[in-house]
Amino acid sequence: MSTFNPKDILWEETVPGGNHWSGLMRRGSALRFTDLQGGANVSLLLYNFEEKLERYNMPDSLKAQHTAFLTTGNVCYSDMGRVMCSFIHDTVGWHDTMCGISDAKLIEQKYGVANYQTHRNDMYRSAKDGLLIELAKHGLGQRDLVANVNLFSKVSANNTGGLVFNAGNSKAGDVVDLRFDMNVLVVLSTSPHPLDTAATYKPSDVLLTAWHAGNAKEDDVCRNKCEQNQRGFINTERFYAH
Amino acid sequence: MLTESKFLPQDAVLSETCNAGDPWTGIVKKGQTFRILDLEGNQAVDTLFYNADDATERYSAVDTIQRQGQIYLTTGSVLYSTEGNPMLTITADTCGRHDTIGGACSAESNTTRYALSKRPMHSCRDSFMHAITHSACVIERNITKRDITANINFFMNVPVTSDGGLSFADGISAPGKYVEMRAEMDVLVLISNCPQLNNPCNAYNPTPIQLLVWN
Ligand SMILES: [Zn+2]
Repeated sequence: MSTFNPKDILWEETVPGGNHWSGLMRRGSALRFTDLQGGANVSLLLYNFEEKLERYNMPDSLKAQHTAFLTTGNVCYSDMGRVMCSFIHDTVGWHDTMCGISDAKLIEQKYGVANYQTHRNDMYRSAKDGLLIELAKHGLGQRDLVANVNLFSKVSANNTGGLVFNAGNSKAGDVVDLRFDMNVLVVLSTSPHPLDTAATYKPSDVLLTAWHAGNAKEDDVCRNKCEQNQRGFINTERFYAH
Repeated sequence: MLTESKFLPQDAVLSETCNAGDPWTGIVKKGQTFRILDLEGNQAVDTLFYNADDATERYSAVDTIQRQGQIYLTTGSVLYSTEGNPMLTITADTCGRHDTIGGACSAESNTTRYALSKRPMHSCRDSFMHAITHSACVIERNITKRDITANINFFMNVPVTSDGGLSFADGISAPGKYVEMRAEMDVLVLISNCPQLNNPCNAYNPTPIQLLVWN
């Protein structure tokens, strides 16, 4: 299923597995993330482009929607009670919010060492290093690194709270479409999920496709998912009122 | 896991009460033991920890969850920093479960969770903001809104089901229950003793807590 017309595509770019990217997505624009080989992970952070102290807030997003994971109909809340982006379409069904990111030590423990000297751009990179590189380009740093979303990855909890990583959650060709409801600085890494059980470092490439989606209408699936989201969209619309 | 402490209140080197709706800040040195006591029961204690020598290193909910493969906190849980270092270890717990994904209430999130008109109500993040502009030990470490992240809710029960549902269940705490932890580094403690009046987990009645430290 497509939520956009190919003629509305603004641009496309592939982020290789293990790499990192950042950019401005304006209010009303959208991004499709496509898992090109299967088993992708996108560690995602969101900041209000004009006021970067306002950022994605994991607890507020989970509490408002009474969910531990994100999928179609869900939104990402900022710490200021506003909707930053909306999951308008999703063939994956479950995106992790609770497990954070890989760091260099974890990558080395799990996969060994592959540095630039020996492997050139196939070097093993961690999500934390990728996110910090992109954050630094916008004058941000360690202090701005908060709990993130891991697109494409599913980790559930058993009845005592133990975590279970669900290998094979995302297949080649799976997509998730995010509409941006604010002017958002998007910062992401395509390094493996920290709990990924794969024995080798081979994260999938992710295709980014941007298009103009327009703002959330009255019948929007995310606006009407719950009363909390209706109020969140009102807060966002008040912020941009002019 | 329910475990009692050997420490006696009369031996504590610090014992202070924090009223409902107030912030509390303090330094706990490496090797000291820090107890949070729920005086009247079912109180949520929203707590952040910072490395006292370098506050850019701070408690990380997602590192703690990821590194332990577990979303609830109790005896034996290690509270990890953003650098992956152990900050504190829970050594005694008479409550049995503490939350680290529910975060702190705020004026702004109250508008979405309950009603747009709830914004003027007192909230935890307002208490954090008060503390970072009034408390000397916080100000001198340059802790700002930038450093306010997902916190621990001691005594709060936020069950996650296997299909990913999340709810705010009745409190499992009671008068006199406590959680105790040993500091693995010098830590700054930043607490908001939650004033939330919109959900039933504290029977709509926020109550005081007591903070104790032993050498
Ligand atoms: Zn609160």
